[in-house]
Amino acid sequence: MTSSTPNSSPFVPSNASVAQVMGTVLLALVPGIIIYIVLFGWGLLNNILITTLSALVFEWLMLVLRDRPVRVFLLDGSAVVTAVLLALTLPPLAPWWIPALGSFIAIVVAKHLYGGIGYNSFNPAMAAYAVLLVSFPLEMSIWVAPQAQLGESLDILQHWQYLWSGTLPASTNIDALSSATLLDHMRTEVAQGKSLAQVQESATFGLFAGSGYEWVNLGFLAGGLFLLYKKLISWHIPFSMLIALAMIAGICYLIDPTQFASPLVHLFSGATILGAFFIATDPVTASTTPLGRIIYACGIGLLTYVIRNWGGYPDGVAFAVLLIGLTVPLLDYYTAPKVYGARAGYEKS
Amino acid sequence: MKKLARFKGGIKLPGFKSLSNQAPIRNVVLPEKLIIPLRQHIGEAATPVVEVGQGVLKGQLIATSQAFISAPIHASSSGRVVEIGKHPVAHQSGLAEPCIVIETDGNDTWHPDCHVDRPVEVLTSDAIRSTIKQAGIVGLGGAVFPSAAKLKPTRPIDTLIINGVECEPYITCDDAVMRHYANQVLEGVLILRRLIDPVEAIIAVEDNKPEAIAALESAIDRFKSDNRGQVNTIRVVAVPTIFPAGGEKQLIKVLTNKEVPQHGLPYEVGVVCLNVGTTVAIYNAVFKAEPLVSRIVTVTGEAVPRPGNYKVLIGTPVEHLLGQAGVSNLDMAQLKPQLIMGGPMMGQTLPHAQVPIVKAANCILVKNYSKQVMPPSMPCIRCGACAAACPIQLLPQQLYWHARGNHFEKLEHYHLADCIECGCCSVVCPSRIPLVQYFRYAKSEFRDHTIKARFADQSRVRMQAREARLERIKREQEGRKARRRAERKKKKAADQPATSTSHLDTTKSEEKKPAKTKQASVG
Repeated sequence: MTSSTPNSSPFVPSNASVAQVMGTVLLALVPGIIIYIVLFGWGLLNNILITTLSALVFEWLMLVLRDRPVRVFLLDGSAVVTAVLLALTLPPLAPWWIPALGSFIAIVVAKHLYGGIGYNSFNPAMAAYAVLLVSFPLEMSIWVAPQAQLGESLDILQHWQYLWSGTLPASTNIDALSSATLLDHMRTEVAQGKSLAQVQESATFGLFAGSGYEWVNLGFLAGGLFLLYKKLISWHIPFSMLIALAMIAGICYLIDPTQFASPLVHLFSGATILGAFFIATDPVTASTTPLGRIIYACGIGLLTYVIRNWGGYPDGVAFAVLLIGLTVPLLDYYTAPKVYGARAGYEKS
Repeated sequence: MKKLARFKGGIKLPGFKSLSNQAPIRNVVLPEKLIIPLRQHIGEAATPVVEVGQGVLKGQLIATSQAFISAPIHASSSGRVVEIGKHPVAHQSGLAEPCIVIETDGNDTWHPDCHVDRPVEVLTSDAIRSTIKQAGIVGLGGAVFPSAAKLKPTRPIDTLIINGVECEPYITCDDAVMRHYANQVLEGVLILRRLIDPVEAIIAVEDNKPEAIAALESAIDRFKSDNRGQVNTIRVVAVPTIFPAGGEKQLIKVLTNKEVPQHGLPYEVGVVCLNVGTTVAIYNAVFKAEPLVSRIVTVTGEAVPRPGNYKVLIGTPVEHLLGQAGVSNLDMAQLKPQLIMGGPMMGQTLPHAQVPIVKAANCILVKNYSKQVMPPSMPCIRCGACAAACPIQLLPQQLYWHARGNHFEKLEHYHLADCIECGCCSVVCPSRIPLVQYFRYAKSEFRDHTIKARFADQSRVRMQAREARLERIKREQEGRKARRRAERKKKKAADQPATSTSHLDTTKSEEKKPAKTKQASVG
């Protein structure tokens, strides 16, 4: 932990830093966040503010309690990335204590109780989301309708007021603001025997996927491609996850298009793109070998689809990431790449 | 032209080459003392063949060895041997090694057998090989493997690679050799071609050295216009500038798309690889009868007033060389710069400037100490940047965990021994973990562990042998006792009337005994 001059090679200082990595990730999230706010109102910004501030407080508290160098770790940006990712998974109209509690679970329980940055077994943001979803299903399912569909919308002050007081302006009520997401809607309607064609005529369906969410997903796709371009992530995880999801969705869609949504719907609804580029790629909890990453990401893609169609929740990215994450130590062990000359040696012997 | 392959991993680094490659090669004023270590190569150390007080001439043999993997040592200048004993050498911990110290007489007189033109055309291949061995030539790229050991490969060679890649930042001594000694490089390649008869010969140069490439190509043209058609099989190939493209294994992959087997040698895939500096040394030995008594050394670093390439006698104290480059003793005392022998990626720090230049010393890098403060390291975030950068396709982060825990079996599983310590993983690590330092530590721990394990094994075998021996002695004693008893009985029986059954019993038990002791000694 101390600064020192190396007395053996290499003497070239490292050209990267954790803070730089985290900063780039945050930058890559910006387009998606802007589109989200434009389409769905200020709720997300509130959530981001609450999760970030509370995450930093919890991070500071835990660093002090664990007797770690506060400055270095607080400024590494990892807590902020966790907080923003968590905020992106929460409903914009959630009461203030939902994001705050989420930060607590993510930073204190999922991150620091497991040993802090680099040591956590589960993605902190996803762990927090999963705990919140299981514990507070009602608060976690009030999703906002796209503002374009609402006759009226809340301005930022009204949002703040709602957030802290829990009461809306007299003219509106919560039913007026909220709306089911496409994945949610598909689930309930198909369960009631309606065909997908009918669902797609509803307001939850946009141009080619979830209304509004399709554009948010495209925003995250842009950010994800930026991360690829910056070589902060490799293609293995996002592409394998998206291809696996598209393939199983395509097969089911071909079998029965009235029951199963098209691959396009699955790729651009819910948390798919965010998950593929920003969550499944979380280095600490993902596999680190090329082959391991492909298997890991295919697992997430397939499991996401399975949970969406046959599980208890409308979206499955978070649970898929957490569950497949359990296999990472095993994957890493068995998928170590062949070292230079190993193949040649094998042929020789 | 054949398309180049790409080795996996590697990183792009700023070169800092123009600091030192602008000026021509300079000579160094003869130092008063030459400190010549007896081990400057991989393999057996040489043993002195001179005595203290003896006068020596430049190029005279002063130490030699009979081992196949070893190299003789020659006096770098004329003078008198004043000391044979331990002296600090280029070793990080300031380790002292046996050296021969020569006080120079200032005349730099060559030994009469050296520095003469030799009739190369009439020499047999074996005579040339023996000349190269006796000239003490080792790989001057830094690995210092005795070159002669490479020149009689046991299988046909497809490709002779002359390595002028020089991928480390700052170092330009090979660049200088190619620019200024292009003819000698080609002559050297032609000799090597004669010795190992490859299908083709490639001089590989990183594409950040266009001047060197141009110099070599115009030399080839000159040779062609002199009707020396043998140069037709020699190609100059520019390879992409990616560290460590100059590593032997990486270069072989790039040029031939073959991989040297793990724990194997290049000749096994039909390749022999030598450095350009070595090639010129071979030229000097074969054409001029000059043993390896000097080499080109880059002296560089932002704090050096006269950076550049110097022709330095082996054994010259680094201090003297730095003085020539404008770094005074006063500067050294005031600035306390970090001295690195080799490059910034794989070089080693020198304990002080009194150590001598050896055959391996391609560069003296003077780094300003105050600028070298490293940021603190953070926990590994498993990003895998190290694995992507590793030119051997190791998993540095896994090695790091197991190196910290001394998990020797896991370290073996993840091929710690294959690490070439190139430093790529450390440079790309966002957590700034000194990975290579961990691996070096783990390697030495592993060696220690293996030695202890072997010792324990030997002790166990010895213990078992001892138990078996004691068992055998006991049985033999019992056998003797039984025999004596039997004899006594026999005597008694002879005194009294004898019975045949008792006699049979004793022979049976004696037959069993040797078989049993055998089993015990095997177990």
